[in-house]
Amino acid sequence: MTTLLNYLRATQLSSIVLITSLGLLSPLTHANVTPDPTTKWQQTLDQGAGDTVYWHAWGGDVRTNDFITWVGEQTEILYDVKVQQVKLSSTSEAVTQVLAEKAAGQDTDGAVDMIWINGANFLAMKQQQLLHGPFVADLPNAKYLDLSPNSPATVDFTEAVAGLEVPWRLARFVFIVDSKRVTKAPLSMVQMLTWAKANPGRLTHPVVSNFMGTTFLKQALIELTPDASLLQQPATEQSFITATAPLWRWYDAIKPHLWRAGKNFPENESIQQQMLSDGVIDIAMAFDPAAAAAGIASGLLPTSARILVPSQGSLGNVSFVAIPYNASHKAAAKLVANFLLQPETQAHMQNINVLGSFSVLDSTQFNNTQALAFADLPKSEALPTLTDLGPTLLEPHASWSVKLKQQWSQRYSQ
Amino acid sequence: MLFNHWPKWLILIALGMIILLPVVVGLGEAMRAAFGILPALGRHSLSIDAWQQLLQLPGLISSLRLTLFSGFAATIIALLLAVFGSSWVYNKSSKRSFLGSLKPLAQPIIVPILAAPHAAIAIGLAFLIAPSGWIARWFSPWLTAWNLPPDWATVQDLWGLSLTLGLVIKELPFLWLICLVALKQIDVTKQISLAQSMGYSHSAAWRKVIVPQLYPLIRLPVMVVLVYALSTVDMAQILGPNNPPTLALVTMRLYNDANVNMLLPASAAAISLALLMVMSILLWEVCVRGLMLINNVSIRSGGRISKWTLLTATLTTALPMSIMLGLLSLLVLAIWSITWRWSFPEAWPTSWSYGYWLALLTEWPLALKHSLMTALISSGLALTLAVIWLEVQDRFGGHFYRATLWLIYLPLLVPQIAFLYGLKVSFLRLGLNGSIGTVIWAHLLFVFPYVMLSLVDSWRALDQRYLSVASSLGPSSWTCFWRIKLSLLLRPLMIAWAIGMAVSISQYLPTLLIGAGRVESLTTEAVSLASGADRRLVGVYGLLQALVPLLAYSFALMLPRWVALKNMK
Repeated sequence: MTTLLNYLRATQLSSIVLITSLGLLSPLTHANVTPDPTTKWQQTLDQGAGDTVYWHAWGGDVRTNDFITWVGEQTEILYDVKVQQVKLSSTSEAVTQVLAEKAAGQDTDGAVDMIWINGANFLAMKQQQLLHGPFVADLPNAKYLDLSPNSPATVDFTEAVAGLEVPWRLARFVFIVDSKRVTKAPLSMVQMLTWAKANPGRLTHPVVSNFMGTTFLKQALIELTPDASLLQQPATEQSFITATAPLWRWYDAIKPHLWRAGKNFPENESIQQQMLSDGVIDIAMAFDPAAAAAGIASGLLPTSARILVPSQGSLGNVSFVAIPYNASHKAAAKLVANFLLQPETQAHMQNINVLGSFSVLDSTQFNNTQALAFADLPKSEALPTLTDLGPTLLEPHASWSVKLKQQWSQRYSQ
Repeated sequence: MLFNHWPKWLILIALGMIILLPVVVGLGEAMRAAFGILPALGRHSLSIDAWQQLLQLPGLISSLRLTLFSGFAATIIALLLAVFGSSWVYNKSSKRSFLGSLKPLAQPIIVPILAAPHAAIAIGLAFLIAPSGWIARWFSPWLTAWNLPPDWATVQDLWGLSLTLGLVIKELPFLWLICLVALKQIDVTKQISLAQSMGYSHSAAWRKVIVPQLYPLIRLPVMVVLVYALSTVDMAQILGPNNPPTLALVTMRLYNDANVNMLLPASAAAISLALLMVMSILLWEVCVRGLMLINNVSIRSGGRISKWTLLTATLTTALPMSIMLGLLSLLVLAIWSITWRWSFPEAWPTSWSYGYWLALLTEWPLALKHSLMTALISSGLALTLAVIWLEVQDRFGGHFYRATLWLIYLPLLVPQIAFLYGLKVSFLRLGLNGSIGTVIWAHLLFVFPYVMLSLVDSWRALDQRYLSVASSLGPSSWTCFWRIKLSLLLRPLMIAWAIGMAVSISQYLPTLLIGAGRVESLTTEAVSLASGADRRLVGVYGLLQALVPLLAYSFALMLPRWVALKNMK
């Protein structure tokens, strides 16, 4: 089986293998589950068949778009469920759509079946009760997840997932550098300041209204603040002032040495990576350890692009999919979510030639074939291993991002 | 009286329902939210918190300054260039020069810029003039000694100069075409030669005789350009500074904030943007009246020679520069669309790929189908509506023409973000969601005014004596309408239709919001991909987006000639 997998992967036909292997696996999977949920799951299978899932997902990344197309091809064969990606330029567009439907009293037959979501958008939908569920535990493939309390799959930016969203890919904050130009890379925010002074105009971060800009500030905050555990609590007026004082001192010092003297910023991380590619700056940022390898593979970054992880570790979070409360095709969306948790799907996703995003599954639950599928994945110089990545720093409570954004604008927007 | 004029009232009511109502309803929703009422968020009581939140935004004054400067500067420059360009087309003495020999090419040359989406021009231009851009690459490192681009603010400068440049490049062809169409109604050649026989120089005659007649004909298109320049989101995002950005982008950011409670200050920002438009239009009109008065004094003084040689010289350089930059922006996008990698300081791509064009073969048919369907139907409907509206006014008198004109243009004079979200909610209440029909309706809101805009003046200027003569020969009024009026107006009708096509193809927000994301079009695909900043993909989609209107324009320019040739035989 494994050799066949390798052969077919080499000949770009891995999807066919997956279909066959999943086709064989899924009846077994169902048989493993206790009888009652099976009947319930059988109902989901019956209800979902023949439907099309409108998956609202940020559409700026061609490889992700291609992966979603592939998912749709597989689910059509497996479950008779088609996937139509609605390509967003910002996830909040999907949130606003559901909110507009709620405002108009349209509580069924909504346009959004599934959203790629996390963090602030999830919090907003959860608070406004715009999500369907809890449903995660109903999925047969949930057994591959570590759902113990406070595990990464159960907490989204300190907010309890509460079974309302299914994890599907891991995100880690990393720096991308051009190794040809940067020989001695800064490995902490303190070193970053020294580096920026020595290389004026060669460093910048995305605008702070963009989540990547906020993430950069949060990473700096965690490294510089005296007591990082405070960030796990909601921010108060007082705790915010004490915790962020060193951050602002650091930022005041680094700002004049930023690109365009810190008066203008790239609109998002993709523009920032383009600037790295154009030679305008030397350090870019991403929320994906595979960003450098993926960028090289798609010609967007020079072959000398490498990933850099802060020595203390970096912020990490999980990308989820959620189903709105008024979705038209809830059952079909659950089938797609379940497919995303299939170990073979996750191995395919982790393949650097596909997405290169790390799996969200608990590898201790794998059987041998599944474990081998991961072990056999192709390697790339630009792709760090999990050990290279070091420790994952926890996302601060969402209130910190809001306050950071406000405070930054007040200080630095004229 | 009222009874006799029923067709007029009927069409007026129909237009009100189709065009006016959605804008008013949408604005109403935004207004409610701006004053604290948004039931979906559990907000039911009136408050002015949203306004306070908006006013407390840091950098709001800079945003305002930036918006006004780039919007007004771009409109003034584009208008000057368009009028100057039109005078050049009619200037016989410059025919011998090299530029003069390009005269017949002027119109076909500007069509690609006219047809290309704003975002495509902006991305191309940004790449052209950036310190890491194409122009810098031509001269690096052999002349500049740059192995890495310098940290210069040639794009996204804090004053919005590059944004202004982008707007001028994009709006100039539109205004120029509008001027040329309008000038067909003034007997320019005759009047200029008369003025010249009295000793006026060409430029003095142009300013004193033609411009005062031309401006009233192009007033509304100029307003539309002004409003667009003040409220553009896509161009500002690419070419404008972002800390703080223009007011339209501030609004957009608030709408896109992950915190849904920001919808309230976002609505307040949208309403302020709408108010800013009203005030800007008033300010513009006052200034124009003032200038006209000054011009009148100068006309009475009887000076024969234009003393504005410096201005003329600047315009003579700026006009070809602007068009050249526009064409180069598109050319560089075309190059990017077949590029694999292109690093600084290489003057040309280091490796090539046709991959994105090939990949598109499997992906674009649906988007292309939706785009074509909405564009063809909405521009067809808009043209039909416009013809009915104008013909009914011709037959039953156009007393309230002036009053209704502003109402028709309302969708263009109110920023899209100000009412589209509210409109979406209202459509949802009516159970109209995500269907292509609703999207066509939403497009019609913007297509119809543009079609009217480019048609109305030519229509009004049609010499009624043709029709009187024709009807005295006996055929029915319908035959006259079809055979004489419409065929005399074939050229402006076709241009109006082509502009309608281009407008529909480029609609992003109406397609996305009203279509609930389910009606994917070339533009929604292009914009979502543009957020990933892959110039190669933007190149492919930008060119595709330009191609459809380009075909429409070419058809519009060719058809009347072809018909004329056929009639001659």
